[in-house]
Amino acid sequence: MDLPALWFCLVSGMLALYVVFDGFDIGAGILHVFAKPEGRERIRGSLGPYWHGNVVWLLAGGGTLYFAFPAVYARAFSGFYLPLMLVLWLLVFRALGLELAEHVHHRVWKPFWGVCFGLSSLLLAVVFGAALGNVVRGVPLDANGRFFAPFWTHFGTEGKVGVLDWYTVLAGAVAALVLTFHGALWLAQAIGGGWGAVARRLHWPVGIAVALLTAASFSVQPHIVERLTEHPSGFAFPLLAIGGYIGARRFLESGRAPRAFLMSCVMVAALLASAVFGLYPYLLPSNGDPSLGLTAQGTAAPAYGLKIGLLWWIPGMALVAVYFTVLFRTFARRAEPGGTGH
Amino acid sequence: MDALSLHRLQFAFTAGFHYLFPQLTMGLALLIVVLKTLALRKGDPVYDRSAKFWARIFGLNFLMGVVTGIPLEFEFGTNWARFSEAAGGVIGQTLAMEGTFSFFLESTFLGFFLYGEKRLGPRGHWWAAFLVFLGSWLSGYFIVATNAWMQHPVGYEIRDGEIVLTSFLALLTNPWLVGQYLHTMLGAVVTASFVMAGTAAYYLLGGRHETEARAFLRVSVPAGLAAALLLAFPTGDSQAKLVYKHQPATFAAMEGHFETSPRAPLVLIGQPDMGRLELDNPLHVPGMLSFLTHYRFTGEIKGLRDFPREEWPDNVPLLYYAYHIMAGLGTIFIGAMALAAWRLWRGTLHVSRATLWILLLLIPFPYIANTAGWMTAELGRQPWVIHGLMRTRDAASENVAEGNVLFTLIGFLGLYALLALLFAVLAGREVEKGPA
Repeated sequence: MDLPALWFCLVSGMLALYVVFDGFDIGAGILHVFAKPEGRERIRGSLGPYWHGNVVWLLAGGGTLYFAFPAVYARAFSGFYLPLMLVLWLLVFRALGLELAEHVHHRVWKPFWGVCFGLSSLLLAVVFGAALGNVVRGVPLDANGRFFAPFWTHFGTEGKVGVLDWYTVLAGAVAALVLTFHGALWLAQAIGGGWGAVARRLHWPVGIAVALLTAASFSVQPHIVERLTEHPSGFAFPLLAIGGYIGARRFLESGRAPRAFLMSCVMVAALLASAVFGLYPYLLPSNGDPSLGLTAQGTAAPAYGLKIGLLWWIPGMALVAVYFTVLFRTFARRAEPGGTGH
Repeated sequence: MDALSLHRLQFAFTAGFHYLFPQLTMGLALLIVVLKTLALRKGDPVYDRSAKFWARIFGLNFLMGVVTGIPLEFEFGTNWARFSEAAGGVIGQTLAMEGTFSFFLESTFLGFFLYGEKRLGPRGHWWAAFLVFLGSWLSGYFIVATNAWMQHPVGYEIRDGEIVLTSFLALLTNPWLVGQYLHTMLGAVVTASFVMAGTAAYYLLGGRHETEARAFLRVSVPAGLAAALLLAFPTGDSQAKLVYKHQPATFAAMEGHFETSPRAPLVLIGQPDMGRLELDNPLHVPGMLSFLTHYRFTGEIKGLRDFPREEWPDNVPLLYYAYHIMAGLGTIFIGAMALAAWRLWRGTLHVSRATLWILLLLIPFPYIANTAGWMTAELGRQPWVIHGLMRTRDAASENVAEGNVLFTLIGFLGLYALLALLFAVLAGREVEKGPA
């Protein structure tokens, strides 16, 4: 494996971990909209010590993308200028909503911030799903590898596309559904209550929605089909996702919520890995002439920097693994009956 | 307004607003570690109560720092695509390391620090506070390393017109970095010290929470005095000498020094007149600029008039004012903290109403000084985004139309007005509640 390919895997891995970790608090945030007031309190309580660390995966993953593939970072971020600004503003409202609903004790403002948290979680899930949809579909890159995507144009996937078209809107909706399921499983193991039942009810819809999106992706981005045909080993990822999907159900039925949540983590990560494997070597494909797409090899930083990067990235991630293990072990007990954690 | 000005304005606004928060985060993290250490050593519960109170403010401030910080990492790509494409292979190293080494450390142990006191016990909780401090100061290191490279690029070569990193070590040990890092961190300690001392003064003047307020003063006044002194010398002094050596036109502009002279005066006050290239109403100390730069009163210093126009920073008066506001306030901070420290040493600070009033009213000024300091660094680097390598006018995203930038600038103005208001109300509420 060459260095750009290796960093392609590492960056994708970090972003997948972002979706796994922040995904559960985004999903819990979506469910927060539908919970009763005392349930809302418990949902937020279950996220308190974790969400700061979870959102760092986005920053660290983004920073790593910037360092390994600066041209992709520059062109994708400027091309997706408007939706990324929307993401930023949603992240602000989500963070404010979560923290202030927790710390403001006021009859008017506490519920207000709670709703802020819930709605921005929902919108963020949709926007992230649509963003992934954009990367899968490809963008109208010009000969210099640049583009600019308005919010919407004609809602088709060809030519001068916007960020939103029928396919990316579908991807956004499916992402919201998958993360809601993931969030329900988090809540089932963290605070119990009726959240296991909610996850069970979401199980079939999630399966059908992901199948639908997969079919749509094959038609929108033929490169995925070609790549899987050429490298059938890549079927390991969708199989792993299916395994996680079935496993989550099994463990839910037998009442082992923590394992069900782990299965859901596997499923979410494997779904992303499937998409990323299908897109390789493209980090950002073109929706027109495939040769205009931005590939890992074509946009990677020079070899010296990529080699040096491994020297700090590996120990850095080992430290992060230690932090997260200690954090999750320390606060896992807070979910036991009677423990409020404050 | 053209797209470039809007890109610059948006970045300046979002970065400037953001830095109001991390300066308190970094400074306060250190002072909280001091309070926690005193609590362990002396066993006096007042230090624990004080640390708890400041942890509440810290949590709120940290939140604001996080939500206003994420946009900056994005803006490197969204607004400064050409800069990022050219320099990402170099400064991507420090930015990615910041995420990997400091954000994870900071945010994980913030969870422990805010939620885990009972679980961790006193020693464990001290470690949580210490690791949050370490994370925030590491974060400062990586960010200043990034900025130092833009001020004074090292460890690279140009291959086929591309900037290529050749020495990672040089990037992390940039000669510009050491002084700039310490100067920035000390600025953060000054902000936190004035916030803590000013809050103590507020309580003492109102006759509330006197025990805790006196503990705040015992920690913040010595820290503030030490930091204010070290800000001027050696860190401020060495920064100015580096600017003189590597960015001489910037040095002349920020000092308001228009004419080359063998006995250059140090300008204290005056208004740059860019038509006549003179300073109006100048108040200066003769020969002092030569002395501070060369350690003799007769060392020649080249004036701005003798530099070609394309080397001039593009906003000389603003740069001049930013630098003079920073340096002037820095001098005032030394005086105020020296006065407070003397009274503290005599044991009369908590009843010296005039000194307490000074401390209270000075709370906003370290924020102004820190902002002015960053403006000096950033305006002083103009017209370059990477000094000597890439001009700012070549750095912005070409594919983003000005209407879109104006749209998001307006959005940020509104959103940050809301954040400022919320922070003021919520922090004010915590201060009114006081240390329990």
